[in-house]
Amino acid sequence: MTAATPLYQLTLREAAALLARREVSARELTQAYLDRIAAVEDKIRAFITVTPELALQQADEADARIRRGEAGPLTGVPMALKDVLVTRGVRTTCGSRMLERFVPPYDATVVQRLRAAGAVMLGKLNMDEFAMGSSTENSAFFPTANPWDLTRVPGGSSGGSAAAVAAGEAVYTLGSDTGGSIRQPASLCGVVGVKPTYGRVSRYGLVAFASSLDQIGPFTRDVADAALVLNAICGHDPCDSTSAPVEVPDFSAALTGDIRGLRVGVPLEYFDVEGMDPDVRARVEEAIALFERLGATIDRDLSLPSTPHALAVYYIIAPSEASANLARYDGVKYGFSDRNGATMWEDMERTRQFGFGDEVKRRIMLGTYALSAGYYDAYYLKAQKVRTLIRREFDAAFARCDVLLAPTSPTVAFRFGEKTADPLQMYLNDVFTIPANIAGIPAMSLPCGLVDGLPVGLQIMARPFDEATMLRAAYAYEQAAGFARLRPEL
Amino acid sequence: MALTPEEVRHIARLARVGLTDEDVRRFQAQLSSILDHFAALQAIPTDDVPPTAQPQDLINVDRDDEPRPSFPREEMLANAPEREDGYLRVRRVLE
Repeated sequence: MTAATPLYQLTLREAAALLARREVSARELTQAYLDRIAAVEDKIRAFITVTPELALQQADEADARIRRGEAGPLTGVPMALKDVLVTRGVRTTCGSRMLERFVPPYDATVVQRLRAAGAVMLGKLNMDEFAMGSSTENSAFFPTANPWDLTRVPGGSSGGSAAAVAAGEAVYTLGSDTGGSIRQPASLCGVVGVKPTYGRVSRYGLVAFASSLDQIGPFTRDVADAALVLNAICGHDPCDSTSAPVEVPDFSAALTGDIRGLRVGVPLEYFDVEGMDPDVRARVEEAIALFERLGATIDRDLSLPSTPHALAVYYIIAPSEASANLARYDGVKYGFSDRNGATMWEDMERTRQFGFGDEVKRRIMLGTYALSAGYYDAYYLKAQKVRTLIRREFDAAFARCDVLLAPTSPTVAFRFGEKTADPLQMYLNDVFTIPANIAGIPAMSLPCGLVDGLPVGLQIMARPFDEATMLRAAYAYEQAAGFARLRPEL
Repeated sequence: MALTPEEVRHIARLARVGLTDEDVRRFQAQLSSILDHFAALQAIPTDDVPPTAQPQDLINVDRDDEPRPSFPREEMLANAPEREDGYLRVRRVLE
């Protein structure tokens, strides 16, 4: 950071330092971000709801806290949240007509934790409807543009969250990741995105898509910022019975910059995939070479043979769980409600016909089919068994490796409409990210270069609850590679 | 694995999602194509493999059965599409 760094390009740590030195107030910082949003939102469209009054009010509270000497690392720093996280009193839509006017009566646990830390909320971010998609083109409202090329997608389903950080519209954001929905947009938008171990972050207040796969995580400008946000949101929560009763270490302490002797595995199956852009592969290979120069040992004999089956496993398990989780949208207690039918059942069918978009309906029907009588064993039960095989293969890999490296996405950002004709084409964007959700292990993406001016993401995976090693590997690479400072020209 | 239109309508009825004839045709083609892709799973040997329902070892997590305050009724009804006298109003359920 130099004196000339615009406020909207600061990292979380830089912003906190300026606030601590009273060189800028939280109100000024927040206003700078609101101004930035006003300047670029017509091009990016990352936000579904911007909350300027609330943000400035929270900024004033943060300033008071800073004056009292009670500031923490996140106090007074503006952020934004994927619209899948419930925020009390602030509309939460999940990118769907079904919840277009829904105002939650409570805050998600992660929102409560960020509020307690003194964070300032700028608004709610665009997403594929109910987190189903890989491009944010499934938002019921409008698509979000990739700040690196406005004719291309930011990825999905947390497209707004990734684009906002890349465009300087928030210092950091939160998204959710069920099959890659944090990592893939992070890769396409050239930012850091982390999916913690399943159970690290409470899902209380995360509108459920697939309960055994969903996790919340941060988008940030660099790895050190991600460590700070993770410490704020991770931790056991009695309100989430899948929340792990496990200690959370200080992730920032892991950022030593030293990875000598780190055992890096490069699984064969992630590099030999149809549809993979050879230039993307080249960027990832360069990253692996840098890891070796930094003192890591590279194991390229590693095979995870069930990897090609992960897509099918995911597209059976996730829709099955979604069909149960989305059954609550019936027009009775909240949300869109069509009352033009002849009977109660017809109202319910019309509510779901007009309230849901195509991808959501597709997945609900896939899941309903996979769970239905006569098909449960062949589909859902079979997928769960293959899930066990996938998890066992990762466990065996982590007996000889500390982290795994792979591409995040087979391509760079694609153009709007390029993959919408065939649902299966869109699903293939997630081939590299899905396995980590199936196994429940932590995984992240960080920038590793450009192809034709578009960002490429390197994916790092680690053992369950070993985010510290994953972040250590990421930080050492990031500092040596120098891609953290790349910005789109907007 | 080609789904018939009747199967698509049956699934839609189970899921309570209304479909037009055009929807049925479109989803029939798309769902069949996706299900074809999954056929490869059948060939994987899984005879002695237990299923994984969720990726951790937690079982029956509960809390003590102690009453605690819930949400005020007014807040809970604030998003109701239709309400009356503190209740949610719906269409007649039983004919």
